[in-house]
Amino acid sequence: MGDVQIRTSADATPAADVDMSTSLGRLDVPDPVFTASGCAAAGRELAPFNDLSALGGVVTKSIQVDPRSGRPTPRMAETPSGMLNSIGLQGPGIDAFLAKDLRWLADNDVRAAVSIAGGSVEEYARLAGRLRGQPVALIEVNISCPNVEDRGHVFACDPNAAAAVVAAVKRNAPTSVPVFAKLSPDVTDIVAVAQSCVDAGADGLSLINTTLGVSIDTVTMRPTLAGITGGLSGPAIRPLAVRCVWQVHAALPDVPLMGIGGIRTGTDALEFVLAGASAVQVGTVIFNDPSAPSRISAELRTALAARGFERLRDAIGLAHRPPAIRVPEEADPLGDEQPEPDPVRRHVSFDDASTVTFEAERRRDNASNVTVNEGNEGD
Amino acid sequence: MTPVQVQGEVLSVKQVGAYLSMTVVASGVAEQARPGQFVAVAVGGDDGAMLLRRAFSIYQVAQRGVYGGTVEFVFSVAGKGTAWLAGRRPHDTVDIVGPLGQPFALPKEPARCVLVGGGYGAAPLFSLSDALRKRGCRVDVVLGAATADRLFGALDAKRMAASVAFTTDDGSYGEQGRVSDVLPEVIERTRAEVVYACGPMAMLEAVTRVASESYGGAGIPVKVAVEESMACGVGVCMTCVLPVVGDDGVTRMTRSCIEGPVFTGDRIRWDSLGAVPADALGAMAQFSTAGQMAR
Ligand SMILES: Cc1cc2nc3c(=O)[nH]c(=O)nc-3n(C[C@H](O)[C@H](O)[C@H](O)COP(=O)(O)OP(=O)(O)OC[C@H]3O[C@@H](n4cnc5c(N)ncnc54)[C@H](O)[C@@H]3O)c2cc1C
Ligand SMILES: Cc1cc2nc3c(=O)[nH]c(=O)nc-3n(C[C@H](O)[C@H](O)[C@H](O)COP(=O)(O)O)c2cc1C
Ligand code: FES
Repeated sequence: MGDVQIRTSADATPAADVDMSTSLGRLDVPDPVFTASGCAAAGRELAPFNDLSALGGVVTKSIQVDPRSGRPTPRMAETPSGMLNSIGLQGPGIDAFLAKDLRWLADNDVRAAVSIAGGSVEEYARLAGRLRGQPVALIEVNISCPNVEDRGHVFACDPNAAAAVVAAVKRNAPTSVPVFAKLSPDVTDIVAVAQSCVDAGADGLSLINTTLGVSIDTVTMRPTLAGITGGLSGPAIRPLAVRCVWQVHAALPDVPLMGIGGIRTGTDALEFVLAGASAVQVGTVIFNDPSAPSRISAELRTALAARGFERLRDAIGLAHRPPAIRVPEEADPLGDEQPEPDPVRRHVSFDDASTVTFEAERRRDNASNVTVNEGNEGD
Repeated sequence: MTPVQVQGEVLSVKQVGAYLSMTVVASGVAEQARPGQFVAVAVGGDDGAMLLRRAFSIYQVAQRGVYGGTVEFVFSVAGKGTAWLAGRRPHDTVDIVGPLGQPFALPKEPARCVLVGGGYGAAPLFSLSDALRKRGCRVDVVLGAATADRLFGALDAKRMAASVAFTTDDGSYGEQGRVSDVLPEVIERTRAEVVYACGPMAMLEAVTRVASESYGGAGIPVKVAVEESMACGVGVCMTCVLPVVGDDGVTRMTRSCIEGPVFTGDRIRWDSLGAVPADALGAMAQFSTAGQMAR
């Protein structure tokens, strides 16, 4: 009971003084909330709705060597608590990206986590090399791309191919910038892929990318998306994403993780943190609420404070530890005093049910000891 | 113009023929809005299963002392999201982002303009007409719809325009047929210099063709407000693209929420809607493993 009271009072004081800073390899950021790749373009469009420089950073739309037109439309289908997309990595190519998008982020003091994508190990390596000397806080390697040199097999689905990409990126990337590999959930053993990326030099992992889905339009009786299959995202995939973070953190507790998948509120973000994420990314929910990144950051702060945390770092991976009752000492209202015996726990004897009448008047007259509520008290 | 996000109080939801018209307190949106811009509305509530915003053209805005600015849009119930909106009542709150997109460009000098609306596509044309007439432009209107109850704003149009022509597919009001059937005659009769249009994509394509073929092929400029499927409305998702030819002659898959919804009609690659033209910037050969690149 004491615990409940503490939470209530903390929830009512959101002026929460929580240290939200976190570390992603050698990168320290003041806030754990990032935007997810492909859900924030290169940040600029979200500036009217968020203080982007106060966030952990913006993960930019995966950039490729050359400009890409992306796929034909329709490119999206709304699904329950989520969506399917088949954008096809539309983008301006690395040159225009560096000149315009990255410049804008730097000019506006926004930490840029640059997501790169390629069709071959060599392309990833070239992209990483182009980021030398650029204002880049973190490199996220989107390995959920088909390898054109291996009959279109997706790098992320093969531990060796994933490792080859990560190693090539690490060789060419600026040494001071952490490299995160972004994993696909569409594998039988995500820990194996995670391990092999870390062995290849990844400084951390981003979990998860979308999972493959199909939607059929029952009016046209054909696939809804022009690309037929699409990536499923949004709150619909959150438990899948939390599971991936959970498994990878359990296996690799020292590797920093970014949790991604259906984060809509601060408590959703907290779920990922408790499962082992050092930071989180907000994706599809931005389409629903363009101010979601800032809102979720504030909500996460409040949620941490309400649970008695002074530092975000103390919550990372906490769900893996054996449960302990945590009642902040100074807030314990009972102190050392022995509590009064709880009146509800008293032995109560009842009349035969058939003799019980529910007249309010009667009850009040007999109310000397036991109060009977009209409703069901939910036990 | 900076879009804002507001939790707006619903003032009214009214039935107008086959449509509903919703008025929402949305200060910040109302003050900045220009003809042709739209709002993106969240549907289904904070915990709802519908995540994507629904786009609606701004019909009109008003400054009301007690409330602050209000925004009115007109919609038909098309699916779950619009059905949810239709169930809102005064004092409910809806989450609105706006104003979004590029407005209709107005002629610098007074010009003779024809405004063409299809169904609820008529909605943005009334504020456009006001703006044009303030500039001394002549405004003639063509409104079309499937049936009479789907003609929006017929009375308003009669009041404000020098002339109005109506068409319905079933002939229940005005001439039977399409707006593009009567448009050549209207252009000639009014000696029009500019055409503005909003409505279904097929109509916009036909209107663009008529405008470009007018005056024996000399053609007149045509501005169309397109309707592409949108997920965010603010430019971050890349779902709303269509092939548009830029000033440099290069076709790009262009976001209709940011660079549109108003485009110059003959810049749109109408024959390639729903496709990526082979000569578009960065066009790629089709992948046999469709969908993989989406991730
Ligand atoms: C710039 C613009 C202006 C618009 N103005 C109006 C207007 O003034 N009045 C009006 O009634 N409608 C307008 N629409 C269309 C309106 O957005 C759709 O009717 C609405 O999104 C349908 O939502 P739903 O949930 O009822 O349908 P559903 O079919 O359940 O919607 C499913 C998904 O598809 C998208 N979608 C479906 N149809 C359309 C469509 N025609 N255009 C864009 N997205 C679509 C929805 O956003 C949603 O994500 C406009 C669309 C655009 C892009
Ligand atoms: C429209 C859209 C585009 C995306 N584009 C990319 C991308 O370019 N690169 C990438 O690594 N992930 C991309 N993603 C995946 C997201 O970054 C994220 O991993 C995934 O959507 C799960 O998070 P969410 O549920 O919060 O959206 C995209 C997702 C969506 C919905
Ligand atoms: S609707 Fe999202 S980019 Fe246009």
